Amino acid sequence: MSTTTTTTAGGVQVVKPTVAGFFHDYWGKVRGGDLGSLPAVIGLIILSLIFGIARDTFFSSLNFANLFSQGAQYIFIAMGLVFVLLLGEIDLSAGFASGVCGAIMAILLTNHGWPWYGAIPAAMVTGIVIGFVLGFMVAKLGIPSFVVTLAAFLAFQGILLYLLGGGKNISITDTFVLKLANSNLSVALSWALTIVAIVGYAVVQLSRVRSRAARGLVTDPMGIVAMRIAGLAVVLIIPTIVLTQERSINPVLNSVKGVPIVVPIIAVFLVIWTFILGRTTYGRHVYAVGGNTEAARRAGIPVDRIRISVFIICSFMASIGGILAVSRANSVDPNTGGSNILLYSVGAAVIGGTSLFGGKGKAINAVIGGAVITVIDNGMGLLGYSAGTKYIVTGLILLVAASVDALARRRAAATGNR
Amino acid sequence: MAATPLLELSGIDKSFGPVQVLHDVGLSVYPGEVTALVGDNGAGKSTLVKCVSGIYTIDKGTITFDGNPVAIHSPREAAALGIEVVYQDLALCDNLDIVQNMFLGREKTRGIVLDEPTMEQMAGDTLASLSVRTVKSLRQLVASLSGGQRQTVAIAKAVLWNSRVVILDEPTAALGVAQTAQVLELVRRLADNGLGVVLISHNMNDVFAVSDRIAALYLGRMAAQVKATEVTHSQIVELITAGRSGNIGLPPEKPSDFNGDVVDITPGGDQ
Repeated sequence: MSTTTTTTAGGVQVVKPTVAGFFHDYWGKVRGGDLGSLPAVIGLIILSLIFGIARDTFFSSLNFANLFSQGAQYIFIAMGLVFVLLLGEIDLSAGFASGVCGAIMAILLTNHGWPWYGAIPAAMVTGIVIGFVLGFMVAKLGIPSFVVTLAAFLAFQGILLYLLGGGKNISITDTFVLKLANSNLSVALSWALTIVAIVGYAVVQLSRVRSRAARGLVTDPMGIVAMRIAGLAVVLIIPTIVLTQERSINPVLNSVKGVPIVVPIIAVFLVIWTFILGRTTYGRHVYAVGGNTEAARRAGIPVDRIRISVFIICSFMASIGGILAVSRANSVDPNTGGSNILLYSVGAAVIGGTSLFGGKGKAINAVIGGAVITVIDNGMGLLGYSAGTKYIVTGLILLVAASVDALARRRAAATGNR
Repeated sequence: MAATPLLELSGIDKSFGPVQVLHDVGLSVYPGEVTALVGDNGAGKSTLVKCVSGIYTIDKGTITFDGNPVAIHSPREAAALGIEVVYQDLALCDNLDIVQNMFLGREKTRGIVLDEPTMEQMAGDTLASLSVRTVKSLRQLVASLSGGQRQTVAIAKAVLWNSRVVILDEPTAALGVAQTAQVLELVRRLADNGLGVVLISHNMNDVFAVSDRIAALYLGRMAAQVKATEVTHSQIVELITAGRSGNIGLPPEKPSDFNGDVVDITPGGDQ
């Protein structure tokens, strides 16, 4: 056929990658419209610098720790939304679904005296049931997800009011649930988890290289693997140093230090969903349905089941977001999961690099995008801007992210068929 | 050439409601040969292929595969027999890479984890067996491939599963000159590897370039199945447009069969 340029390994001509070649390829991908989380990461750094310079309290360990519990609900809902968005669908009801699930937990804890290990699973099951109903209507009845979830958005708002007896506020006293969003790991445990995460990542990366090399397949250059591991180490160790500082205003009275408990919770779900999307048949099928539904159907993939499942995952993640929101606020009210929560969560997923057109996105997008949203919210609050300004800026940033997505897509279409 | 057909259809009827699309169609596909299936738009080529691939069930007739009569009710059953169809729209996911596309729906796993090294190796071996050397990396996204490369991936996907019969629906329709040549070369190589290949095409040059046999459908009937060396270009065109040419093809039409909009050409030979 056409000319073979370099080494022939295993029959098919492949180019032995080098570190420089890897960066060259990456740059080519970026230019070709495959941006991933890059704009969000750059945006996060720029925003953090701006806020950090304008208000030195932004980088204080107290505020830094606060960012995590503030952003947890967005991040959880966004992680679920990534799955829905991967199929090119939308779930507008995720915010109030999280409110309903949080309310169920609070009611069971406070009004019915359930223990946390009964109330939390009940909230999660509620999320799963909600997701199944939404997914069923979208997949089996063929109603556009926009309409189904818009209806659910309104209905859940009503259910929440109904559950709360017309708008009462239910507070919770269960210490376990309160700890979820408000307490920290001990310093020793914080470091232990950080080290476990770094070592775990290194082991996964290196074993992949080893098993591929053993089969004579192309591997990432060792330099890149080392850089990845070192990069993760830096990204984890610096925050751990900051978070293990004493950040109590009055340390004698009440010592506050250590990584917030929400961080490992987010990390666990991030790892689980990343694994499921990247390394399992199910995840592959989600991408396939999102990329080309007809091709997926012809390949024998149960498209309807996949469609239902992503709504279940979304509402399930929303239920966890709701549990954490209730934990953080110590109570549930008719606005838990309401106001801007859903839109911030969709924004988080999209800003993080998940495409609204389906087929492109990762669990990490939700975390990075959620971080951007939270930093804007938090930083502008510190700078004393009004809620109005915050919304406008967040809106603009979402618009920028959506434009990046749309432009990248056009770029990809233009360069795709060379 | 092999004496017994790998896939043999005979007496296939297929109707959609009141419209009979296939009338008593027979087709033989031999291993190691490319059988071109030609016919005008609406002649029933796609319907015939969909009957073979299990998307439609036949009303009447028999399908014999490897000497045994078989009933094909779903694409999975066709795939289980070793019949793979490469559709015109290729059915590839742009957001997945070459290996992921080739194994779509039939991923290899170790436990619950995808066995990427094995899949990559098998995909590489398959592409190598087709002498494909034009891809930069097996992990390239399909979105970044050219039309010819996509066709190649789609064909490789079809032959990955030790398939015995590969049906290609207009594989060169959207391709440029050089890419068409590459794909035709690939089609020829499939047959040379011992597969039975059915090539659907409108392009007579392509048909004569690679096929061993030519089967012409005319208004839902098999006009003729002939050896490519025994007919000329214009004879095939006549078979496609009129159903017969000289002494090959359908018997002269009975005027009552048609509504008069088909031009009756001088009756030639009879059969």
